[in-house]
Parts: sequence; C-alpha cells; structure tokens
Amino acid sequence: MTNTSVVIVDDHAMFRAGVRAEIEGRVSIVGEAGDVEDAVAVINETHPDVVLLDVHMPGGGGVEVIRKSQAGPHFLALSVSDAADDVIAIIRAGARGYVTKNIESDALCDAIERVAGGDAVFSPRLAGFVLDAFAGRMDAPVVDEELDSLSEREQEVMRLIARGYAYKEVAKELFISVKTVESHVSSVLRKLQLSNRYELARWASDRRLI
Amino acid sequence: MLAGVCAGIAEHLSIPVLWVRVVFALGILLNGVTVIAYAILWRFMPLATPTGQYQASSERRRNDLIQTAAIGSVLAGVAIFLVANGTLDVSGYTVPVALLVGGIAVVWRLVDDATMNSWMTRTSGPGFLVRLAIGLGLVGLAIVSVVTFERGFRGILEIGAAFLIAFLGGVLLIGPWAMKLRSDLVAERISRARIQERADVADHLHDSVLQTLALLQKNAHDPAYVVTAARRQERELRSWLLGQEADSGSSFGAAIRSAAAEVEDTYHVSVEVVLVGDAAMNDVLTTIVAAAREALVNAAKHSQALTIDVFAELQPTRIDVFVRDRGQGFDPEKVDASRRGIDESIKARMKRHGGEASIQTAIGEGTEVHLSWSNETREEA
Repeated sequence: MTNTSVVIVDDHAMFRAGVRAEIEGRVSIVGEAGDVEDAVAVINETHPDVVLLDVHMPGGGGVEVIRKSQAGPHFLALSVSDAADDVIAIIRAGARGYVTKNIESDALCDAIERVAGGDAVFSPRLAGFVLDAFAGRMDAPVVDEELDSLSEREQEVMRLIARGYAYKEVAKELFISVKTVESHVSSVLRKLQLSNRYELARWASDRRLI
Repeated sequence: MLAGVCAGIAEHLSIPVLWVRVVFALGILLNGVTVIAYAILWRFMPLATPTGQYQASSERRRNDLIQTAAIGSVLAGVAIFLVANGTLDVSGYTVPVALLVGGIAVVWRLVDDATMNSWMTRTSGPGFLVRLAIGLGLVGLAIVSVVTFERGFRGILEIGAAFLIAFLGGVLLIGPWAMKLRSDLVAERISRARIQERADVADHLHDSVLQTLALLQKNAHDPAYVVTAARRQERELRSWLLGQEADSGSSFGAAIRSAAAEVEDTYHVSVEVVLVGDAAMNDVLTTIVAAAREALVNAAKHSQALTIDVFAELQPTRIDVFVRDRGQGFDPEKVDASRRGIDESIKARMKRHGGEASIQTAIGEGTEVHLSWSNETREEA
C-alpha cells in the first residue's frame, strides 16, 4: 500500500464499489461520496492527495465539487461522458486529468500516482479535444500568443497521446525523457485552463463557467 | 364556396356540387336562416381527409372560383333587382349588418378546424395578415357606418369614448384573471411537453437498453457476446444522447465511426475513435475510410489485442489516420503472402488517390498503420 490517499466521488454506489475493488491495496482509499455536498465534506475532512471525480452528479457535478472544496487535493476526472464541453469544463475548473470510466486498473493507478505527483493525465480523447480546440483555425483571434496556441512539440505530444501512446512510448518516439513529456503535458494543461481561446471559451461558457 | 360545406354535402349525397350551391344561394336570398345553417354546418362538419383526387387541385380550384363568381354575380344581380324593386330596403341597418357579417365571416374563416390546431404556433404569413386586415376593416367599417347613421361623425367620438371606458373597465376586471389563465396555459403546455419527452425517452430505453439487458442475461455464459452487445448498446445510446445519429454517408467522422462500429461488432474488440476536425465525404476521404477499415480488420483479426485506437486528424492541407493496436505485432520481413496482399491493398489504395500508407510493427510491440494524404503528396503523385 502506497501512501497516496484517495477519495472516490461518484453518484453510483455500484461504480464506487467497482473502482474500490480495482485499486484497493495499491492506493489507500480514505473516503467515498455520492453527491456534491457529501463530497465537499469528505474532502475537507480527510484532505486526500487525489480525488477521483465523476463529471455528472446531482447538485452541480464535479465542477461544483472542485469549486467548493478547500484547496489541496488534486482532482482526476473520471467520466463516461464523451462530450467536449463536459471534459473541457472540468479541466478548466481545475481537474488535473481526465480518463474514461472503462480505463484498465493499471492505467488508473498510474494516472492516480501521476496526478498525485502534480502531473497532468490526458486520455486519448482529451488529447483529441485539445488538438481540436487549439487547431490553427484563422477565425479565432489569438489574444495571448503564449496561452492561445500549442508549441510544435506540444502538438506532437498531444498527437501521440491521441494515437493511444503511453507517456513512456511518447518519450521513446520523440527521443525525449518521460520527464520532458510530463512537462509538455502539464504546460498544455495550464494553457487549457487559462487560455481564452474562442473554442475553449465557448465550451466553457456553455457550462456557465465564465 | 366559402368553407367547402357545399362540396361536403354534395359528396355526402353524391349529387353535383353545383346544385347544392344553387340551392344554398336561393336559400340565402329567401331566408337568413340558410346563412346560419351554413355557418353551423361549417363548424361541425368533419374535415375531409385529403385523398389522391385533390392532386388536380389547381384545376379544381379554378372551377370552384368560376362557379362561386357565377353564383355570386347572380346573387348580386337578384339583390340589385330587389333593391330597385323596393322589396329590399338598403337604408337603415342592412348594409352595415351585411358588412359586419362579412367581416366576421372572413375572420372566422381563419379559425376553422385545421387552422385552429396551428393557431398558437402560426399566426403569421402574408395570407393571414391580409385576411385579418380585410376582416377587421369590414367590421370597423360596419361599426362606423352604424354609428354615423344616427348621429353623424360626432357619434364616433361619443361612442368611441364610451367603448374605451368600457374596454378599460373590462381589462381591469378581467385582466388579472386572463393573465393567470394564460400563464396556466403556458405551464400546462410545458408540462405536457415534458411528459411527452419523458415518454420518448422511456420508449427509446425500452426498445434499446432493456432489450440488450435481457439479451445479456440470456447470454451471460458467452463473454465475447456480452462485451460486444454491451459495446454496441453503449455506442447506440451515446450517439442517441449526443443527438448524432448521422448516417455514415454524410461526413468523414460518421463514416469512420461506423467502420469502427462494424469491426467492433464483427470481431468482438473495442475500437476507440479519436477524431480531430471533420469534413464532408469526398473521393479521397472515402478511400481513406476504406483503407482504415482494412487496417482495423487486420488488427482485429491478427493482433489479438482487445482494444484498437484510431486517431484521425483532418487539417486543411493534410489528413492523417493512425490505426494502432498493442497486440502481438509481426515481423514485416516474414509475413505470409496473404497478409502481404492486404498490406498492398491498403498501400496501393492510398497511392492511387495520391496518399501514402506506412506500417510500423515488431513482434510483441503491436502494430500501427499510418495513412496520410496531403496536398503536396498529391501533386507529386
């Protein structure tokens, strides 16, 4: 058992039990919650390293949980949703990663450790959304050169992740270290959260985040 | 002539329309009751369901118009004759009343059964406005004529003021009640829409999800079937929820998703499609989808991997598609002839349309097929 403490937030008890069974023993699960209010209470009480967070929940969903909790834990969004606005919304609210619910246990534990260490976790789908949102379309005025576009290297990393490559494989493919891959991904995450690019703003405003 | 009442009766009694119309016209001349009968019949006669014979309607309508005009002019002629004769007294209230009735009839004409249904939603359009204007104009004219008949134009002011005061009083009395009625109506309509929506969702869930769940229970002993059926259901439900039940012919994204779905169903694997950008289908895209499908089938058949990743990126000047599995891979030097043939079919296919295909693989490392097409490669080809 590692000392990474985890809280699972999902409104389906069955799903919580499933996740618990899968990752129990590899991380320490310190709490569970089934709605926004409980989640905030449990998080503020147990101060976990990582919160596994469902995007859709009664009472405001994952975005609301992130907003109402005290700073401290890292959030990893875990969702069945494929919709770009959901994913972008939770990332912009502060989640450090997004994985889909059919992720394998090993990959999930990896993701938890990675998020606990302050890194970002991108699923292929999220990488796809990022590429879409930052695509070099000319109709969107670039307000902030640094925040509103991805560097060549960041695009390469995103493309490889979208193709289903793990960080290690990305590193090998691009002849860079895993650490460098991580820093690229983190920088993309930062841009995702701070950029006012039109597409992002639209996705976020659909969810009334701005 | 006006609302098809005569035609309805004629059809019911199976005699020519013309006769019914003549009878009605004579009746109107002799006695006002006929008009009332006509109005009542109009309101309560069932609407004819449109049948094939209405297809020649423009010709029919022309005949109708001619007939109406004929009967109308005969009526007018008789009326003028009666007036000249002194039998019919046009002084007094006759003309205003006729105008009033005409105006009301025109407005009412808007509110027969068919229009009534769409009354709330469709109160616009030039036809509507013209009719409304004519109707209200006639009614207004009638009122002015009645008022001025006894007191001259000063009467308009007096009676107008009286009416205005009465109207304001009425608004004050009935207003709040009417507002509440209206808001109740709106609320009721919203709740009805909600119930309808709920019923639709329930129907859909019943047809799809419940059926699949039943099948899953029956086939619980067959894991491959369970996975495939669950996957298919998930896909279907997702596309329904996102409202993207687009047909595979319309866009590249839809086409590649449907190819992936087909492979999932046939080979019991899951295919994750990540799509960046989209475009309407064309020759090149059709080829790329076909090649990608071939690559998917290969991966599903030979790699023994359970999931296959597809990443497709459409940019203005280039298109890339990656099909990747983490299966057993193969040694490109030692593939048997049949497999090489498939490679060739992917590569040759891409080449024909100015694209390229490359395959990266090694034993134990999985396989990745990369299909690419760009403006530049096309010019070279």
